[in-house]
This record gives sequence, structure tokens and C-alpha cells, in this order.
Amino acid sequence: MIRKIALATAATLALSAGGALAATGHSELTDFAFAHEGPFGRFDQFQLQRGLQVYTEVCSACHGLKFVPIRTLADEGGPGLPEDQVRAYAKQFTITDKETGEDREGIPTDNFPHSGMEGAPDLSLMAKARAGFHGPYGTGMSQLFNGMGGPEYIYSILTHYEENPECAPDGIDGFYYNTSFPNGGVPDTCKDEHGISTVPGSWIAMPPPLSDDLVTYADGHAATASNMAEDVASFLMWTAEPKLMARREAGFTAVAFLLVLASLLYLTNKRIWAAQKGKKTA
Amino acid sequence: MGGIPHDHYEPKTGGEQWLHKRLPIVGLLYDTIMIPTPKNLNWMWIWGIILTFCLALQIITGIVLVMHYTPHVDYAFASVEHIMRNVNGGYMIRYMHANGASLFFVAVYLHIFRGLYYGSYKAPREVTWIIGMLIYLMMMGTAFMGYVLPWGQMSFWGATVITGLFGAIPGIGPDIQTWLLGGPAVDNATLNRFFSLHYLLPFIIAGLVAVHIWAFHTTGNNNPTGVEVRRGSKEEAARDTVPFWPYYVIKDLFALAIILLVFFAVIGFMPNYLGHPDNYIEANPLSTPAHIVPEWYFLPFYAILRAFTADVWVVIAAEWLSFGIIDAKFFGVLAMFGAIAVMALAPWLDTSSVRSGRYRPMFKWWFALLCLDFMVLMWVGSMPAEEPYATISLIASAYWFAYFLVILPLLGVIEKPLPQPATIEDDFNAHYGSKAHPAE
Repeated sequence: MIRKIALATAATLALSAGGALAATGHSELTDFAFAHEGPFGRFDQFQLQRGLQVYTEVCSACHGLKFVPIRTLADEGGPGLPEDQVRAYAKQFTITDKETGEDREGIPTDNFPHSGMEGAPDLSLMAKARAGFHGPYGTGMSQLFNGMGGPEYIYSILTHYEENPECAPDGIDGFYYNTSFPNGGVPDTCKDEHGISTVPGSWIAMPPPLSDDLVTYADGHAATASNMAEDVASFLMWTAEPKLMARREAGFTAVAFLLVLASLLYLTNKRIWAAQKGKKTA
Repeated sequence: MGGIPHDHYEPKTGGEQWLHKRLPIVGLLYDTIMIPTPKNLNWMWIWGIILTFCLALQIITGIVLVMHYTPHVDYAFASVEHIMRNVNGGYMIRYMHANGASLFFVAVYLHIFRGLYYGSYKAPREVTWIIGMLIYLMMMGTAFMGYVLPWGQMSFWGATVITGLFGAIPGIGPDIQTWLLGGPAVDNATLNRFFSLHYLLPFIIAGLVAVHIWAFHTTGNNNPTGVEVRRGSKEEAARDTVPFWPYYVIKDLFALAIILLVFFAVIGFMPNYLGHPDNYIEANPLSTPAHIVPEWYFLPFYAILRAFTADVWVVIAAEWLSFGIIDAKFFGVLAMFGAIAVMALAPWLDTSSVRSGRYRPMFKWWFALLCLDFMVLMWVGSMPAEEPYATISLIASAYWFAYFLVILPLLGVIEKPLPQPATIEDDFNAHYGSKAHPAE
């Protein structure tokens, strides 16, 4: 009996762990098979490099990556830029030196700059901070099985700008309608009698940042808005979890080792107890 | 140690005798590790070792994390990111510590419910039970303060909500809250004292664990039958028991290896599954998250806290009887702490003379319902405070109290228990056959 109860406990744990469901309006997200997904997924180095380019040429105008050291661009498992390119990349930033208090050129050991614009969030951890759509029923199962997480959210935010819906043809002044953004304002004309939004998403302050051919990829990859969004989403997953691949490798090694250890301990346990146990008579 | 007769350590060489006369530490270790243990313990008796391991894991990984962490509101979040990015293996140490807390609570809940089912709290093990409850309370305090340290959004707002509970105490509440926080709101002073206490409490827990083990080594372990080990002679006791080493050490190590296998699979492949994504956003006192949800292991008691709203009749009655001193908020706080208090009082609330739930046909079902109740509470605790969850949490909270305050006392009177085996040896042989026939 108690064994059954233990199993049921584990199941409940899985159900509760996802945390609360957002009670606000729903938003539309596109699922993607990113290279880094799945237990053995690995970051696509060239995609990270393209994502870095999109970040540098588009996002960094307003957003920052203040927790990310520039030198990690050379890390294995990341974009893997050569050292001289990382040095050249760092030079474009003007950093106020902590010790001298004077402005100087950036060097690889500096972090990326802060967000340059009031209200624009730092993007270092965005892919982990926005992994919170724990559907269905708050179980987190879509995250677990479809690998849907923060990168999908980032991709969707960047590409799901639409014309204002019929319920509010004028929208909200200075804001843009985005079917994937859950936390923004919604005009009263788009709410039902309970104050719940009748349209997917909400209005966001960020203007649509991407358009086709906004950047020119050096590797000849087609620079559609969708491709750019996918690349930068993957890059931001890396900035949020730079040790992702090393962590999975360590996890795999640990599981393999423990499997062997558990087998040996099982046999040892069986042999030790055999002396105490007779043949079953009943 | 303990009332079960067994062979004690005999110092043989001159050196051993010299030390034994001055400090019998080898004897103490020998008696602890060779303690006669009922030979019919099942797999629910592994959690003690798992818990000991968790405590050691948390202390060791925690000590390393402290080397790189900065307890200051301006640097705490960044220093955690420093650990995740720049410290060698830092991401692994932090994920082990964060998920280690979850493993700790999985194990402690299974350990507690095992005790509740097999009547491990009953005489003569009440002191073991009470110390266990103290350990559990300290674990909750430690885990709560630890969750504040990364200084993310959930850290900050969780701290604000939970310390607010103390503000609900009539009269002195607001002063207590200010004293706990070190100021009018959660700020640097709060972070500093939580850091200090988060480092201190685990060592107090370690001390209590030693007393917990001392206590049940004095009474002897309970076992699935609830029948006591025979203590008439060494030979008699030996028929009911095996020495802890090697029998249970190896069995527990095997269980630990299996559990660590799952643990490292979680760390390797989904280390943030049990956490809240909002905690990857730096604390911002000006922006409240849409839902403030505690970690999963607090959810059942969080549900009880929220269940008793101002429109519930017991709350209205309490407010009227206390001339308004006990309002709904304070009632919720009392209910939350009361839920743990009634569990701690189980030794005196359970009137049945039979220890193990195995031989209590009615108790079994009420106990199963209690387990279900606990899971329901955990689920509604994670849901927003609205219908139908409000009603469900009220019913589930009511059952929690009814189980301890009404059902346990009544069952002892009205239930007709099943026959119990005369000895542990009988139970063991019924499962595994007797080894008394070496010819087979």
C-alpha cells in the first residue's frame, strides 16, 4: 500500500511543480525543434554566431547582456569565435573601467554592456526567465516533451506582430499588438464582462524589430525575419545557459556511473541477505 | 547503546585499551554501526539514510557556494550568475544545491508518512517523533531563507509574503515583522540575516539529527509489523534482528544509488523544472509577479494558510468569540502552524493499541485518504486563490485536521485490529522462508 502511495506522491509532485498557471489571457507560441533541444541536443555553433550578429546589429540598440562575459564567445559549446575576433568584438564597446573610473575600449574579460534604454529588459537570462508557460494544466509537460521553453517564447514575440484586432482597430497609442506577449495592456473593448481578454496576446512597447534582410549573414543563410528570430532565440538560450552542453554530458556520465554502481550494490545486497533468507515455503 | 542486547566492542590490543579507558569513541561508533536492526524492514525504511545524505550534500555544496556568493542586494543576483558562468563547475554545484533541497523534502515527506502509517510515532518513540518534527520545521525555515538568497523576483516576493504572516499576529505582529526583516520592508538587512541564519540552521539540524538517531537507537527501530524486538536474551534478539552493518548499510547504499540516478538525471537534463522561472529575473520591489507561488514543498501548508478566508464559518466564529482579535489572516497563520502541530501531537492523539497500519483495516483507508489529501493540498496550493480551488482547499484542510483530531482518536476505540505476528522472526520467515532448514 505504502509503495503505491509513494508512486502517487511522485505523480502529484510532477503535477504541482509547474507552478501556477497564468490566469491572464492566452498567448500563441510557435514550437520549434531547436538544435539544443532533447536530452542530447547541442547548440549549433553557426546558428549561435548568426544569432550574435542579429543581437549585435538589432537587439543591442536597446537591450543589454550584462551577466555575459564577452570572452565566453570563444568558449567551446558556445559561438566558438576565434580569440582575435573576440578581442575585435570587445573593442566596439566603451567600458567605464571599475578601477580607474575612466572610459576605455572593451576587452574580452569585460561583460556585455547593460541595457541602453530605460524599460528594455536585460536579455542575459530571458530564455530561462520566460520558460514559464507550463502547459498543459501547469504540468510543464510541453516543456518536457516538446522542449518548448524560453527560446520558443523569444521567437514568437519577435515574429507574432499582427494588425490590431477588430475589437480595437486603433489599438493602444505607442504600443504594438503581439499575439504572443501575455503581460501587456489590452484595450477594454477587447475584454469580456469578467475583464478577461478575448484576443490572444496583448500590446507591447517594443516596435517590430525584425524585417527580412535586416542583416546580411556572412554564411549566405537567408536573412528572413523568421530565420533571424530563430537564430537570436538560440543565441539567447546560450547566454542564459552557457554550460548547457557540459551539464548534460556531466548528467549523462553521472547516470551511467550510477547505473553500474547500483547494479553492483544490488548484487552485493542480494548476496549478503541470501544468508538470512530461506526458501519461501508459503 | 539501546535496550536490545547485543555484543559490545572489546578493546583487544594495548593501544585500543589505552584509548578506550580515556575515550570510548571506538566503542560508541561500533555500537552505532552494529546496532541490532529488525530484519523485516522494507524499502520505506531507506529514507533516513537518504536524508542524512541530503544534509551532508547541502552543507558541502553550500559551503562552496558561500565562497563565491555576495549577500548584498546589489550583488547577490550577479554573484549567483558569476557562480553559474565563471566558477569552475559552479553551475553543477548550484544546481545540486537547489535540487538537493527538493530531494531533501521528497525524502522527508516519505519518511514522515512512513512513520504515520507504521505508527513509528507511538510509545516509546514519541521523543524521536517530536525531534523529527523539530528537524522538519527547521528544514522549512532553512529552505525558505535559502530561496531568498539568489535575490530573484520569487525570492523577494516570497520573503515579503511569508514574513507578512508574522505581521498578522494581533498587537505585536507588525513589530515582530519589522524585527524579522531588520526594517520596514524586505531589504539588504533581511538578505544579510537570512544568509547568516541559512548558514547556521543546517548545523543545528545536524545536531538534532544526532539526537534523533540517539533516540531511536535507544528504543530500537520500529518495523513494518510494529511488533517489538524480543529482548529476553542476546540469542532471542538475534533471531529478530540483523546488525546494521553490513545488511542495512549495503541495502541503503543501493537505494541511495538509485535515487541519485534520478537526481542526476534531473540535474543534467531539467535542473530548472522544480524552480520558478521568475527567479531568473532580478528582484524588483516595484514590480509584483502575477502569481507569487512558494516552492513545491511548501504548497500543502500554503494551501491551508489560504483556505480559511473571512467567509468561512469557523473563521467568523473565531473572530466573534475572540472579540475580533483573531481575524481571517491570523486564523490562516494559526491553521498553517496548527497543521504541523497536530501532526507533532499524533503520539497522543492516536488511541489505538496496535502500532502498524498493516493490522488496522479501517485506519488503512483513512490513511490513504490522508495521503491523497496531502497531494490535493499541494495541487490547490499551486493554483490561484479562486473557485473551485478555494472550496477544494477548504475541504482538504478540514480533512487534514479531522484526521489527527477526530479520526485517529476515534479509530482506536471503534476499530477491530487484525491479528499481528507474534515475533519479527515469524513475519520475516513468512515472507522469505525459514533458514532453519539448511538442507534445502
